[in-house]
Amino acid sequence: MLTYVARRVLVSIPTVFGVATVIFMMVRLLPGDPARVIAGVLATPEDVDRIRHQFGLDQPLYVQYVTYLFHLLTGDLGTSTRTGQPVTQEIFSRLPYTLELAVVSTVIAVVVGVTVGVIAATRRGSVLDLAISALAVFGLSMPVYWLGLMLIILLAIDIHAFPAAGAQNPLGFVLPSITLALFSLALVARQSRSAMLEVLGQDFVRTARAKGAPVRTVLVKHALRNALLPVVTVIGLQFGALIGGAVLTETVFSWPGVGRLLVDSIFSRDYPVVQGVVLMLAVAFIVVNLLVDLLYAYVDPRIRYS
Amino acid sequence: MSIRALDTAEPGLKDLTAPEVGAQTARGRFWSKLRRSPSALVGLVILALYVGLALVGPFLVPFDPGHDILRDQFLPASPHHLLGTDDLGRDEFLMIVYGARYTLYLGFLAVAIGLAVGLPLGAASGYFGGWVDLLVQRLTDVLLAFPGILLALALVAGLGVGLRNVIIAVGVSSIPIFIRLVRASALSIRELPYVEAARALGVPSWLILLRHVVPNSLAPVIVQATLQLGAAILVAAGLGFLGLGVQKPTPEWGSMLGEARTYIFTDANLVTLPGLAIFGAVLAFNLVGDGLRDALDPRLK
Repeated sequence: MLTYVARRVLVSIPTVFGVATVIFMMVRLLPGDPARVIAGVLATPEDVDRIRHQFGLDQPLYVQYVTYLFHLLTGDLGTSTRTGQPVTQEIFSRLPYTLELAVVSTVIAVVVGVTVGVIAATRRGSVLDLAISALAVFGLSMPVYWLGLMLIILLAIDIHAFPAAGAQNPLGFVLPSITLALFSLALVARQSRSAMLEVLGQDFVRTARAKGAPVRTVLVKHALRNALLPVVTVIGLQFGALIGGAVLTETVFSWPGVGRLLVDSIFSRDYPVVQGVVLMLAVAFIVVNLLVDLLYAYVDPRIRYS
Repeated sequence: MSIRALDTAEPGLKDLTAPEVGAQTARGRFWSKLRRSPSALVGLVILALYVGLALVGPFLVPFDPGHDILRDQFLPASPHHLLGTDDLGRDEFLMIVYGARYTLYLGFLAVAIGLAVGLPLGAASGYFGGWVDLLVQRLTDVLLAFPGILLALALVAGLGVGLRNVIIAVGVSSIPIFIRLVRASALSIRELPYVEAARALGVPSWLILLRHVVPNSLAPVIVQATLQLGAAILVAAGLGFLGLGVQKPTPEWGSMLGEARTYIFTDANLVTLPGLAIFGAVLAFNLVGDGLRDALDPRLK
């Protein structure tokens, strides 16, 4: 097991390295002069030169790259051009808000999604099953930002049940969490339904039924425990959609998280922060998927760690 | 371009489902299966509506870009303005009708880019294996490591906004999924006897790839391309919503929604309608994709 963990961790290092390289190249190699962009339209040529020097953009590309990687290894993501604060500090002051949304949404998606998926599977072909399947497709097709705005119109403007924006009010997290959860919920519901259907058709479930085990026991002990395995994978994959959705959801609800920071920084051309946030989110995604893979191997005795 | 990609459905399907029966019957079976799928039917009907809107709409309702008369702003729905007017006095119905064009155009081109790059890379990666595979797969890992909309967002941040750059950004972010999909098929196809026979006859690799590997991996690709159209539209509209997509005078649904956000308290319609249009388009592609998957997947009965 330990060697398996070590190998998986080692395999993801080149990916992190590649992500860092892609992010570096995006700013340096794409058309346009980053120094001019950072300086803004009103800057004089001297200003642009000063900024070019300040950010090391007058150095040869490979020198910039090595410096960039070296700084990354020491945990230095640079300085925000907008606030002058270290990028890491900017990110960490916003991170708790995004984590709060992500965790609450994941819990909603998993609990409701698995329950609904199991119900649909056990009543296959019924009206309820059809309704759940239809709602799942709706959930997967719904633009997060639109769902958020609709919830604001219905629950914050028409009836003042929840605040429309911001994180000051303790109830403020309700609408953003629901908004962010829906896509993942639909995904989990679908996956649990089909996983459950597959397991329910297996011989050991029939045997359990035949020997007279109570329906509940068969469903929970025999079927669900086995059906949860593929669901675990989906939970890891949906984390990507969740992070992407967070960028949009935070914009809709003026939520002071990392996603909002990213969008604001793109608009103010604060490239160090843009780079830092994208890198941080990508690494978080890699780590979550790594953890899910390890969890999967741990939970499923059929997988050998060779 | 991508329409052609969807049209090439038949040869792939034929090969997939026709080991023992004639090609015509297999194709017939596919169509009868697809026809019986309620989700595919509903999806196709919605889709036809959108395509009709995009093609015929502009001829039925002549668009007058000069017609942004500020005096007419926020008018309610009336026979003259079917869905009312927006913050600049532009007719909301016209904007939505024109939006269908941009949305479909954007979606098809983006998926075409994803296919054009992903298909050959995936096929080569799976067929040749070795260092080609290693290289392509590491690249795919890196692209897949950017969660959700983030890759497109980062690309637009570097490239700049606008229709062309949005298409590139969304297209690039749909490359890795096609690479993975085609690679998986290619891995199993390269072991098949007829491919071995072709190799033994001295058929060059590129021809084997073109004639055997790519056509035979098309079935899952068609399903994925359909679903990816929905995803591409969702991402592109998301960029538009953030103000990082297609820019102002262009009636793109996402950016319309983003601009209307300011008026959510005064004119909720301006928020509801473009979002509904995006939702419908994505739903249509998802439904058709699901229907195609059910009709093509030999495991599901």
